[in-house]
Amino acid sequence: MSDTLTSRRPHLVSGPATGLLLAALAAGLVAALVVGISIGSVNLPLGQVWGVVWAHLSGRGAQADPLLSQVVWEIRAPRALLAALAGAGLSVAGVALQSLVRNPLADPYVLGVSSAASLGAVLVPALGSTALAGALGVTGAAFAAAMLSALLVYVLAQRAGRLLDSWLVLTGVAVGYLCTAATTFVQLQLNPTELQGMMFWLMGSVAGASWTDLTVPALLIAGCLLWLLLQGRALNALLAGEEAAVAIGVPVATLRIGLLVAGSLLTATVVSVVGGIGFIGLMIPHAIRFVVGADHRRLLPVSLLTGALFLVLVDLAARIADRPNELPVGIFTTGLGVPFFLWLLRRRSTGGTHAT
Amino acid sequence: MRLDLAGVSAHIDARPIVNDVTLTAGPGEFVALVGPNGSGKSTLLRTVYRSLRPSGGVVRLDGQDLWRMGPRQAARHRAVLPQHNQVADQLSVAEVVATGRHSHKRLLDRDSAADRAVVVTALERVGMEWAADRLLTTLSGGERQRVLLARALAQQAPLLVLDEPTNHLDVGSQLLLLDLIRSLGLTLLAALHDLDQAAAYADQVVVLREGHVAGHGPPLEVLTPAFIEDVFGVRAHVGPHPLTGRPHIAVASRAPARTSQPQPTHCTEHL
Repeated sequence: MSDTLTSRRPHLVSGPATGLLLAALAAGLVAALVVGISIGSVNLPLGQVWGVVWAHLSGRGAQADPLLSQVVWEIRAPRALLAALAGAGLSVAGVALQSLVRNPLADPYVLGVSSAASLGAVLVPALGSTALAGALGVTGAAFAAAMLSALLVYVLAQRAGRLLDSWLVLTGVAVGYLCTAATTFVQLQLNPTELQGMMFWLMGSVAGASWTDLTVPALLIAGCLLWLLLQGRALNALLAGEEAAVAIGVPVATLRIGLLVAGSLLTATVVSVVGGIGFIGLMIPHAIRFVVGADHRRLLPVSLLTGALFLVLVDLAARIADRPNELPVGIFTTGLGVPFFLWLLRRRSTGGTHAT
Repeated sequence: MRLDLAGVSAHIDARPIVNDVTLTAGPGEFVALVGPNGSGKSTLLRTVYRSLRPSGGVVRLDGQDLWRMGPRQAARHRAVLPQHNQVADQLSVAEVVATGRHSHKRLLDRDSAADRAVVVTALERVGMEWAADRLLTTLSGGERQRVLLARALAQQAPLLVLDEPTNHLDVGSQLLLLDLIRSLGLTLLAALHDLDQAAAYADQVVVLREGHVAGHGPPLEVLTPAFIEDVFGVRAHVGPHPLTGRPHIAVASRAPARTSQPQPTHCTEHL
């Protein structure tokens, strides 16, 4: 790539083209959702599928064919939407936590949230009928454990009232390992039937989604995205380091606590509903930085839509690659995502820019 | 803008680093902070960046207590070129400089044409306007430092604080940067480690030793050979610069002078 091109356009997509990219991603997401609802492990005529969807959307759901309604409206539609929400949530959480710890390896699970959620989930059948487990349910227990781990990491990584990035990462990793060990121990105490339901948390899946799973993640993602977008300029300043950001007038301590809260809330919510789906929260934000640059006012919305689109497509692939069996979604997030990411990385390093 | 530090002390982890430092920089004056490593220069500057609250004393800007201002108000009064900057990957030079506008913007404001004009002007003043759309990672160390200076200029603050701004730069870039900051007409407080540069560029020097002010005043009155030897442990000579004729500070180690030809075995190129 020539130097003149690089010098005129620092990013692959910039300026008004970002709006076009966002519109294209939104259209792509809608199309992917349509395909995701139309196709599944059983073949149904398209006309009937959308007849059911239309019936439900127009408030006449009760009149639709009950069996079709069950498949299309109760299984496929919430599943596709949950995939979109989880992809969006993990990507936004990835951006927030990468800003917080300023480490390229940071992902939504860097604070041990995923391992803690797994631990919370396996503890419910292990503790059996105790009142606590009963009141929380598996999802609630996973969420509670995830938030507890984030809180623990936050408390441990403070020194003289300041959050240190390196400590956050190391403490998060340590707490994560601890939770993994505890999870393994609890798993050994469970019988095989109890264990089967738990594999879902350990592998990550959007199967078995219901409409009630969608509300909380949707509200949280909307709230966190809004807050993060408002902090866009401050987040850009934070990229230059804590000292520089303070000098520019960013209330760094408050901002970082906000990032920690937003990032762990988002991750805990997503993990408690779909388990630990790897790769998305780490790679989507990085990939998008290569495309639109690191300005958070572009990075956040583009990452959100890309993450949503990616997970809907991946879930679709997991459902139809080996019909009627379903493959774990993690195989595809990684199998499809890593080659693409490596291509972007290679492309950037040969893109006429030279580091000194 | 007049900067006053009155009896400023600072602790890190309950350890006293800076003790009762009083100094003043008048409007448009360049005050250089010099001293051996660990003498508290950076820590003292952090009380002016607002990254470390002084444990005693007051930092005043035109009589107003800096630590009683909000973060944005403070950033409109004093800009900083910190020593530790992380190179933001995937931000263009113009985007980096634009972050300096933070303190002038409200939460919902978008970047206006006026902001973009401030960014362009700041880049022009440091001679980096040609690089506006380059990624910061593609620039040399000296160019990056000028971009970060432009970011500070975009804050449009009358006081500029710099922590060893010439660190890691080649000699040409060092003098270019010092000429540049001298020409800005701002009140300047800079930690410098090169005594000759401090003498050549600053109006006043403040010498720190173990967190205390060991001397302050016009550079050549303070930086006498005896004083330099006392504080820095090196032999010093002040004499006319062979090229410019202005007083020049040359330093030498107190170890016995080597009179023989230098041995090439010390050259790093041979490694």
